[in-house]
Amino acid sequence: MERDTHFVLGVYEDEDVLLDAVKQVRSSGVKIHEVYSPYPVHGLEHVLGYKRSRLPIAAFLFGMLGTSLALTMQFYMMKFDWPMIIGGKDYAAFPDFIPVSFEMTVLLAAFGMVGVFMVSSNLKPWAQPRIFDVRITDDKHVMAIDIANNSAMDQEKIKEILKSSGATEVNNKSFDE
Amino acid sequence: MAHEVQNFNLDQKFDFTPGIKKSIMTVLLIGAALLVVGIVLAMMGGGHAEEGAEAGGHAFHWYQRLYANIWINNVYFTGIAIVGVFFFAIQYAAQAGWSAPITRVMLAFGNWLPIAAVLMIVTFFVAGHDLFHWWHAELFDKNSAEYDKIIDGKGAFFYWPMEKGTFPIFYIVRMVVFFGFWVFFFSKFKKIAAAEDQLGGTSHWFKMRSWSAYFLVFFAVSSSISAWDWVMSIDTHWFSTLFGWYVFSSWFVAGLSAITLAVIFLKGKGYLEMVNENHVHDLGKFVFGFSIFWTYLWFSQFLLIYYANIPEETVYFVERLTSDVYGGFIFVNIAMNFVLPFLVLMTRDAKRHGVFLKLVCTLLIVGHWVDFFLMVQPGTLGHNGGVGLMEVGMFLVYGSAVALVVLGGLAKGNLIPKNHPMLEESYQHHI
Repeated sequence: MERDTHFVLGVYEDEDVLLDAVKQVRSSGVKIHEVYSPYPVHGLEHVLGYKRSRLPIAAFLFGMLGTSLALTMQFYMMKFDWPMIIGGKDYAAFPDFIPVSFEMTVLLAAFGMVGVFMVSSNLKPWAQPRIFDVRITDDKHVMAIDIANNSAMDQEKIKEILKSSGATEVNNKSFDE
Repeated sequence: MAHEVQNFNLDQKFDFTPGIKKSIMTVLLIGAALLVVGIVLAMMGGGHAEEGAEAGGHAFHWYQRLYANIWINNVYFTGIAIVGVFFFAIQYAAQAGWSAPITRVMLAFGNWLPIAAVLMIVTFFVAGHDLFHWWHAELFDKNSAEYDKIIDGKGAFFYWPMEKGTFPIFYIVRMVVFFGFWVFFFSKFKKIAAAEDQLGGTSHWFKMRSWSAYFLVFFAVSSSISAWDWVMSIDTHWFSTLFGWYVFSSWFVAGLSAITLAVIFLKGKGYLEMVNENHVHDLGKFVFGFSIFWTYLWFSQFLLIYYANIPEETVYFVERLTSDVYGGFIFVNIAMNFVLPFLVLMTRDAKRHGVFLKLVCTLLIVGHWVDFFLMVQPGTLGHNGGVGLMEVGMFLVYGSAVALVVLGGLAKGNLIPKNHPMLEESYQHHI
């Protein structure tokens, strides 16, 4: 996919100013691409209007998969493939299967969750991260606004809104991909 | 810095209105009526007496079932009361901020402890012979046909320093000491709390933290030993090394459910305005998590015994699983205390909204009663037990009596610890 992407960046110094700015910018009709900060800002995802992560659903489904795999495996092995009497119990002694099923549930839920998270966050080893501003790893919060998503609004108008919301500087940033 | 918590009425007290009292009394009377009917039915239906005599033991009397019922509820509701105090102490020892406005609700459960102590000791003297196999003197007499070497080996744990089979002085001393210290710590906490309301400052919080730590050390030992004494010694031959923890976890889940229900009830009546869904969510997580903890202990006990297949250990589960009376309740127990809470409370929303929590907590309070029913009745009544009118009635009588005492105690003091240093932190609590 070859396209140029252009962003307007608002740089903020203080997290409280940032939280208010996000509210202001959103209420003036500008769609925010993403906000980058050097540390987690409490309540940021709330003012950005992000929906709750659906990762727990993935965890549940992978957990169920783990349980079913473990039970199927043990039933097949103990009942059909190589029946053995252990401790005078039936071949398919259900209580014996619980610990392994539990471990497989936890294992697959954890691996599945990590995998889904990496895919959904584009965390592959060969991914080219977009560095909007190197100072987001140090002491600045950056609000990125995708021009293409705000085509209805003039670029100068967006810059005006960012300035008035408390941004200490407003920059342009483009990526060639 | 402005403290937003000052916007709330921190001086509020719980008003134990005649209306609430009346509805609790109604439940109590319904329970009492069921209990009386159950007793009358049991007195008339003495058909089991001959069977009992044939089985080689004593003839079965209807009042044994009454004693077993009283014992189940004594142990169960003592547990709920002491867990209230225990959870209170945990908050201070862990320096928890989120729970500050609901600590008084937890502490109020301790009001049942003095009454529980009296009931327990009186019941032990009246019914001990019928409840506890080890009470029989002939078990310790080497010349008797009933002589039991294993129980003789355990005898000192009950009778020391007296001669085995005479008077269980060590057992009674333990019971008195445990209740004595529990009530002592409870009144100490109450005293410090009252002083904090009067005087303010952080010194009371530090004092409470120290006393909480002392209490927790004492409770760690006493909760286990009381479980062996009051519950495990019913099946005198049998033992399980994690039984103390198992009983504690059952108490803890029931106590947490009762605390959660009380908080939701108070919120519904318009109290505790500063408690929001974040605090309820935390309580929900405790209920959810410790239901799983209970299951873990229950299953650990079961699996090892089942897998090792040693006769003197398996007898406990064989007695229950193969019984017509108790077999089904094993599965009811697992369904009520693990499967349903696990599935219902799994999502975040279910833990944040009162409806699901009310449902699950009520279920758990009944469910853990069933757990104690399964611990006590098979060993005391054998096939003469079961869940009938007497069981339901006794549970309702005890439950509503506890509710009366706890709410009555809650109404006496401040509902919110208004000088708690972490009240503002709790208000800002957000998860």
